[in-house]
Amino acid sequence: MIAADNQQDSKREGMRANVAEPEATVSAWRSWRRWLLLISLAVIAFAYVRWFQTLDTRQQQALITVTLVAALTNVACGLMGCFLLLRRMSLMGDALAHSVLPGLVIAFIFAGSLHIGYMFAGALVAGLATAFLSETLNRRGGVPADAALGVVFVSLFALGVVLIKRYTGGAVHLDFDCVFNGALDHVGIQGASNITIAGYALPRPLVSIVPVLGLNLAVITLFWKELKLTSFDPALGTSMGFRAGVLHYFLMGLVALTTVASFEAAGSILVVAMLIVPAATANLLTDRLRSMLWVAAGLSVLTAVVGCWLARVTMVNTAGMIAVTSGVFYGVAVLFSPRYGVVSVVVRNVGISARIVREDILAMLYRLEELATQQRLGARQVVQAVGGGPLANWGLWSLLRRGRVTRSDSGLQLTDVGRQRASQLVRSHRLWEAYLVEHLGLPLDHVHDPAERLEHFTDERLREQIVADLPDAEFDPHGRDIPGANQ
Amino acid sequence: MLGTSLLGCVAGVIGCLAVLRRRSLTGDMVSHAAMPGLCLAFLVAYRWKVDRSSSTYFFLMMTGAAVTGLVGSALVSFLCRWTRTRQDAAIGIVLSTFFGAFVVLLSYITDLPGAHVAGIDQYIFGQAATILSADIWLIGGAMLVSFTLLCLFYKELKTYSFDAGFAKSLGWPTFFIDLGTMGALCLVTVAGLPLVGILMAGMIIIPCAAARFWTHRFGPLLVASGVIGAATGVCATAVSANYLVDWFGFDPLAFGYNTKALPTGPVIILCGAAIFLFSVLLAPRRGVIARLLSVVRLRSRIATENLLRTLYELGERQLPDRPSHSTDTIENHRSWNRGQLGWAMRRASWTGLVRQGEDGLQLTLPGLERAVAVTRIHRLWELFLISGASIAPDHVDRDADSIEHVLTSEIVEQLEAELARTGRLPSAEVAMPQSPHDVQSPLKATEGVGTTTADITT
Repeated sequence: MIAADNQQDSKREGMRANVAEPEATVSAWRSWRRWLLLISLAVIAFAYVRWFQTLDTRQQQALITVTLVAALTNVACGLMGCFLLLRRMSLMGDALAHSVLPGLVIAFIFAGSLHIGYMFAGALVAGLATAFLSETLNRRGGVPADAALGVVFVSLFALGVVLIKRYTGGAVHLDFDCVFNGALDHVGIQGASNITIAGYALPRPLVSIVPVLGLNLAVITLFWKELKLTSFDPALGTSMGFRAGVLHYFLMGLVALTTVASFEAAGSILVVAMLIVPAATANLLTDRLRSMLWVAAGLSVLTAVVGCWLARVTMVNTAGMIAVTSGVFYGVAVLFSPRYGVVSVVVRNVGISARIVREDILAMLYRLEELATQQRLGARQVVQAVGGGPLANWGLWSLLRRGRVTRSDSGLQLTDVGRQRASQLVRSHRLWEAYLVEHLGLPLDHVHDPAERLEHFTDERLREQIVADLPDAEFDPHGRDIPGANQ
Repeated sequence: MLGTSLLGCVAGVIGCLAVLRRRSLTGDMVSHAAMPGLCLAFLVAYRWKVDRSSSTYFFLMMTGAAVTGLVGSALVSFLCRWTRTRQDAAIGIVLSTFFGAFVVLLSYITDLPGAHVAGIDQYIFGQAATILSADIWLIGGAMLVSFTLLCLFYKELKTYSFDAGFAKSLGWPTFFIDLGTMGALCLVTVAGLPLVGILMAGMIIIPCAAARFWTHRFGPLLVASGVIGAATGVCATAVSANYLVDWFGFDPLAFGYNTKALPTGPVIILCGAAIFLFSVLLAPRRGVIARLLSVVRLRSRIATENLLRTLYELGERQLPDRPSHSTDTIENHRSWNRGQLGWAMRRASWTGLVRQGEDGLQLTLPGLERAVAVTRIHRLWELFLISGASIAPDHVDRDADSIEHVLTSEIVEQLEAELARTGRLPSAEVAMPQSPHDVQSPLKATEGVGTTTADITT
């Protein structure tokens, strides 16, 4: 059993190797891109350091503080965002970011101060209320899930705005500016918003985000397998005795806490960018949860550094710039992600098409030689025969360049290397034809097309297996010679 | 007021299409994505020195908002179609990135010499006071266009809203229907920006979500949603323009606070939320109170019927006499608690089905009639279970107990016919089949007092 599995695995490996190996285009593209990534990162780092040295000491300190706060906030949000994204609850992040506002304002009205503890409590209650209300509306009221969420968070946000206007006219830090822009710009400058712990004056957002980041990390480490399981298969999790519902509200509470801790730095709407965008970018770059979290964290730091840098250079709002930067990184990932990028997919498909065209040309020239006539095809005829167009031209050109085919006065001719490759293609083709007739009982005039498609994805091991399954591997069903394995 | 109610109406109707297609939060995305467009338009206006109060400025802003809003929704479609990012994440990404761009542009504009963000500020949460007649014309135009299209393609939209796959199989251009709906959504959202601001999403979702509680048919849903939207607009204007003070002579909501200072958008949304809450509580059939009432009604009917059957079974052998039974006897006959029993007794005597004398409870004549009908259904179902489902006679009582209250008269007739055909019903003329098992309470049965065991093997 295991042996059979191994055999199958190795066969699959062989198939995949054959797809990538013959011309090595795809893997070359991959390593090339990896180098490009490293080089561009190095260039960014170099430029950053050069620019950093032009600042005076106070500016440097301010920038470091801002970047530190932004990076920590971004990492805390990005880690939570990964789980939100995988649970298809990205918009819950959006909703929570909006609906903690009334919680904050009510906590402020009752407590009369901006103490971090009250803020956390208010936000936690508001966040859990949002999750609970929208779910109840959806389950009991029959309102579609997204509409229920929308009703709840928009109403709560409106309530928060009205309460701010109504009751907290002159309150520090809780005004429109903070709600939308975030106070990241003030972090490095203002001494007033600092909290003194053990003799060090620390900026307020830093004090609130560090414990939350620690909590997030602790929860992710401690409940790793529960989170992983319920993110991908809640039903299985429930059947194994993990309370998916409890975990859901637990996670919602954690996101609400993270949101409110980041609120002051980022503002209510830009928190959404911090939550979702690095996670979505990481999701495009990797398939494993562990590496997704690492990539998201790394991207968060990178985004924060670059965002703060650009904001400082262009003298615009820092939190907004971080959001834009993360959006740009996401756009780059959408286009150039190795496996899922739009451009990468196109390049890969074009690469496969080009390989098939090249192989068609080789096989055609080989069959012409087989006929033992002295007739040779010209370049134009060959290109026409495989469908014409730029792809065919390019295929022929690269065959000439790689020395598979030479051009002489009478026309195109295979080189020895090209002939070897072509004979294996024709061998695959004819073996498949024989196999299809012998084992699937297809009529003779139906076997050419499937064989024509399969020949491009057949390696030596598979050919040997077909040979072993055929009574006679000398001639194909049309009566033509099947070329040998080592010609 | 005209502006807000018109806007509420058209947003409610268009919103229905979005909500039914599970696209509610597209409105949220568009209203956020439109914001950087406002900034760009503002920069253009700044560059060409367009007067802030002219209608050219207004249309410039609207165009800018519409352009980025449409770009945003196109991006969402692109991300859903071509990448592994799912729709919710795509909406969140576009929304937050565009809003980040807005914040960046806003801080850039603030630093421009001579520029003042007041021209943009009013669009964030809306300000009805600064509304121009041009805006009302814009909303009216959007309404006219979308309602005309809605009337023309009513059937197509209805089918598409509920079964997109079927619409596609009919060969309809679903892509263009979708595009049209989303385009109308963008148009309405942008038109609402000067009034409601980025909270337009609420204007789109809330009326439809509220209307869902009143009706579940497509046409009435659209109408109800439109009416609720318009009502929201009227309420909000009344609140924020202090009409309430004029009507009531005092201010019932704001406690002396000048509501005119509030931005219009949140006020409108809160009015919508209030109407939504009202619908959730009070809507007939789907509202919370209506549901509670119907549950209570069903429970009390079940309790009454159980009481009647108990009385009938206790006095079955003395028929046609109607003996009285003490509360203890009745309580021991079934497993129910004294509270339930007392409630059922009060209800039954109140409706004249039983009479409460000093020696206990007695069935009245109408009560006997009901009791006969109830017991008959119970026993018919028991017989059916024994013959049709081969359930042991001592197991059928509970099953029949739970279903006897919900059997309709057609089913009872069918049951009779079926049992008579297979010969299980003792005789078609017999009004009351004998109970297939001991009708005494389980407590008494253990003492061996059971007497009416029927011979069910015949």
